[in-house]
Amino acid sequence: MAGRRTSTAPDPEAEAPTIDPALVHLRPGRREILRQTLTTTLLAGASLALGGALYRPPGFEHHPSTSERQVRDFRVAPGPRPTVAIAKSSLDPAELTRRAISGLGGIERFVSRGDIVAIKPNIGWDRTPAQAANTNPRVVAEVVRLCLQAGAHRVVVTDASCNEARRSFQRSGIWRAAHEAGAEVILPAEHRFREMRLAGELLDHWPVYKPLIEADKLINVPIAKHHNLSAYTGAMKNWYGVLGGRRNRLHQNIHLSVADLATFMRPSLTVLDATRVLVRNGPQGGNLSDARDLNQVIAGTDEVAIDAYGASLIGVDATRVGYLLLGQARGLGRIDARDVVEV
Amino acid sequence: MALDGDLPRPLDWLNPGSQLVRPSAPRAEAPARRVHLPILQTKATAQPASHRPTQPPLAGPLAAAYTRLRRSPLGKLLRKSKPRPGSGLPARRSIVLLRWARRASQAFFLFLFLWLLTQTAFRGSFSASSGTPVRLPFPVEGFLLADPFVALITVLSSFELYAGLAWSLGIVLLTLLVGRAFCGWICPFGTLHHFLSYLWPAPSGRGSRRVTANHTKSWQTWKYYGLFGLLGAAAAGSVIGGWFDPICILVRGVGLGLLPVLQYLGIRGLERVSASDSLALQQGSDSALDFLSTHVWTSEQAHFHQTWLILITFFAIVWANRMIPRFFCRALCPLGALLGVLSRFAPFGMEKDHAKCTDCNLCLTHCQGADSPQGGVKHQKHECHVCLNCEVACPEDVIKFRFFPGLRSTKAEPDLSRRTAILGAAAGAALVPAGRVANWPDKAYSAKVIRPPGSLEEREFLERCIRCSECMKVCPNNALHPAFLEAGPEGVWTPILIPRIGYCEHSCVLCGQVCPTGAIQKIEEKHKLGQGVPPVRLGTAMFDRGRCLPWAMATPCTVCEEFCPTSPKAIWVEEVWVPKRGAVSRAGVDAAPEQVKVKRPHVDPTLCIGCGACEKVCPVVDQPAVYVTSAGESRSKTNVILLEDSAYADVPVSPG
Repeated sequence: MAGRRTSTAPDPEAEAPTIDPALVHLRPGRREILRQTLTTTLLAGASLALGGALYRPPGFEHHPSTSERQVRDFRVAPGPRPTVAIAKSSLDPAELTRRAISGLGGIERFVSRGDIVAIKPNIGWDRTPAQAANTNPRVVAEVVRLCLQAGAHRVVVTDASCNEARRSFQRSGIWRAAHEAGAEVILPAEHRFREMRLAGELLDHWPVYKPLIEADKLINVPIAKHHNLSAYTGAMKNWYGVLGGRRNRLHQNIHLSVADLATFMRPSLTVLDATRVLVRNGPQGGNLSDARDLNQVIAGTDEVAIDAYGASLIGVDATRVGYLLLGQARGLGRIDARDVVEV
Repeated sequence: MALDGDLPRPLDWLNPGSQLVRPSAPRAEAPARRVHLPILQTKATAQPASHRPTQPPLAGPLAAAYTRLRRSPLGKLLRKSKPRPGSGLPARRSIVLLRWARRASQAFFLFLFLWLLTQTAFRGSFSASSGTPVRLPFPVEGFLLADPFVALITVLSSFELYAGLAWSLGIVLLTLLVGRAFCGWICPFGTLHHFLSYLWPAPSGRGSRRVTANHTKSWQTWKYYGLFGLLGAAAAGSVIGGWFDPICILVRGVGLGLLPVLQYLGIRGLERVSASDSLALQQGSDSALDFLSTHVWTSEQAHFHQTWLILITFFAIVWANRMIPRFFCRALCPLGALLGVLSRFAPFGMEKDHAKCTDCNLCLTHCQGADSPQGGVKHQKHECHVCLNCEVACPEDVIKFRFFPGLRSTKAEPDLSRRTAILGAAAGAALVPAGRVANWPDKAYSAKVIRPPGSLEEREFLERCIRCSECMKVCPNNALHPAFLEAGPEGVWTPILIPRIGYCEHSCVLCGQVCPTGAIQKIEEKHKLGQGVPPVRLGTAMFDRGRCLPWAMATPCTVCEEFCPTSPKAIWVEEVWVPKRGAVSRAGVDAAPEQVKVKRPHVDPTLCIGCGACEKVCPVVDQPAVYVTSAGESRSKTNVILLEDSAYADVPVSPG
């Protein structure tokens, strides 16, 4: 090839002007023909192979829903202890938390040495602790401390907030309190959600918040509040915070959604904060006069029983809360649990 | 030496664009000149020895790869400089050092700019207590505060030098002292042009063509006429100069365009990696995503309405560097024009010894401002970016930068036609009423022009908003977007709230914090929350009862009420029994309508602050059943609905 292009400068010795060799029609050599044929064949073969591998026949594919219900079960073996312990009459939320958990047999029953523990408080709103829309940061911090004392390898505190997350985490006081207690506070981000099958009665495919399901133990630390649509929100409805995507559709059937989520997520332990609760304008509040000091913390392994008690605190009859009835019917717990102790 | 004898005829001096064809006599003189400089001459003759072609440091395929890299555009950074031609006189050491200082300064300010831009977001802190007001820890709008053009247009329109804009006096003083050093040393957009035009010139923009491209051109006066037009518009009450300000263009282009594009690619790419089976790859990509979402961009993909126009403009300006280096700086930049005017009396400048020039054109090959550094023509001081490349390149000791230079070889003011300048200013001023006749802010209120909280009344707002997009970048909910024609032709790229994409966070005042000109005032939380003062209102929510689930479809919902942040809530519900269609099968309607109880939402216009949280969370996604319009915005005295908004008078004040 290189030989074809030679200088076009006229040769002073030649009498007639020479023809540029580049213009002479030259047939390719045998070697070149072979090379070209081989390349063409390979490319053609590769195109056909790639097309075949990627081929998809026309038509609309429908994946029928499987009936198998998905569960993320973090429960520990039931013991002879009570299922719900209520700690009252102290002005120190940390002490109330300690007492309530020790009433169940201590944190060691739920957290083993080397565990990765995920703690799910309610950090839904851009509200300060006094406004009682998020879990009390001192309750959260105490649960973190207890887990670390029990030898947890890592304690993660996180939630998928309703308002802007960083603001909600900072202004709720939970970011600082949990960090100081030694927890790893994870902020929600788009890449932390994964599409999952819940296979519930109502909820099927939803983005699920990964840090809450990638743990050995899971502790639910909600706050008891008034809720505009479901009358009361506490432990079971706190699992809204495990979903991403368009949660605003859930309200069309709030009770069945909550029941589905509580069936999907089975925590090791639930610690309900009722140190200060919203009695109206829930679930956000916003006004100090919307909240009341009750100075109680309730720990337990039965979310239905805990919520039934929590509902009574804000004057709501548990037997009229749809999701509690559904939860009881599904065997998630009992509204009238008998082994409730006051500690 | 008889300098005057070597100078060209005066006629050529008046035409700075012309490249003088010099007689060959001075070149013949060159060897004779060397006699006068024995020390420098020895250095010069010693020079070629040190530039002997060196062997590649590595052998085999590595050497081939190294050669390939050196020949690639990036390889410019590795190549050694060629031996100095001509007399080969080395540049002054102080100037060589100053050029390195200039490069360091450019890199520093470009990275500072980009870093501040990535920090234009609330990151939160684990050490802040719940009572700490949410503010940004850094003055992220610093480059805009130091921008004299922004300061001047807002002063002309509002007769005030707003707060932090006083920093621009620093750049004014710098320019009065050393000329347009801002352009060559500080301006991040200028640095971007400088670097890209150096790295990726088009084939048609290399070699001798680059020299031609760097000659002073008559169109470099465009920017001055543009400047007068924009100043005229500012005096007429609209700071549309922000469309052309380099810092504004860069914040818009990178903050609203490039960064979200990179975020898209980054998230998409790393999520692919994260989906792999390797645990190490999963963890690596997850940590990378964590880092990027907490330090570079934000936790959600950023979207900006209408950014295509911003990105096209941005890339067109950047692309021009391939053909004409720093086309924007030379032809369009109003800030550069303003600094050019200011540089006229700067004591620092260039002095040329025309007699020594051999027309080697080396000074022109890397000239940034196209300011005629070569011999034989006057130096255009107002175009010079003081990058010092020309003096370093000159092998003949022609160019010298110094304080109080000889002014015979300098032309300090641009060649402008006074008539065109006046006409330009008048045309700029006429643009404003022309735009407002088409879209009168007091007569045709746009329902979509929902301004950020703390915004001034629309006219005052347009006197100050420079369309820098800092507020849009900082908005934690991605609620603020550049307008297209919603606010009239003059309102292009001013911020509007699009609640469908994001709502105004109840206690957030960050847009006011970063606004450099006070178009959005620096309000505090109490103004947003209405604690002791009436709350700032952006508009009012309205229900579309034909689309609302409880109103039209007998289906429970009221997410709007749940998210309504005021207390008491502006959205209230009435419980009513409504008929719901019975069960339906193939045979038809099987059962009689049943009565169901639903909560129907209503808006209390005396309490609604127009934050748009209801619109954002409404499950009727495309065209929401509750939506906010600008009616009732507290910044306007005329775009109001109610006779009086006295409902807040008896609401108790609650802290925090």
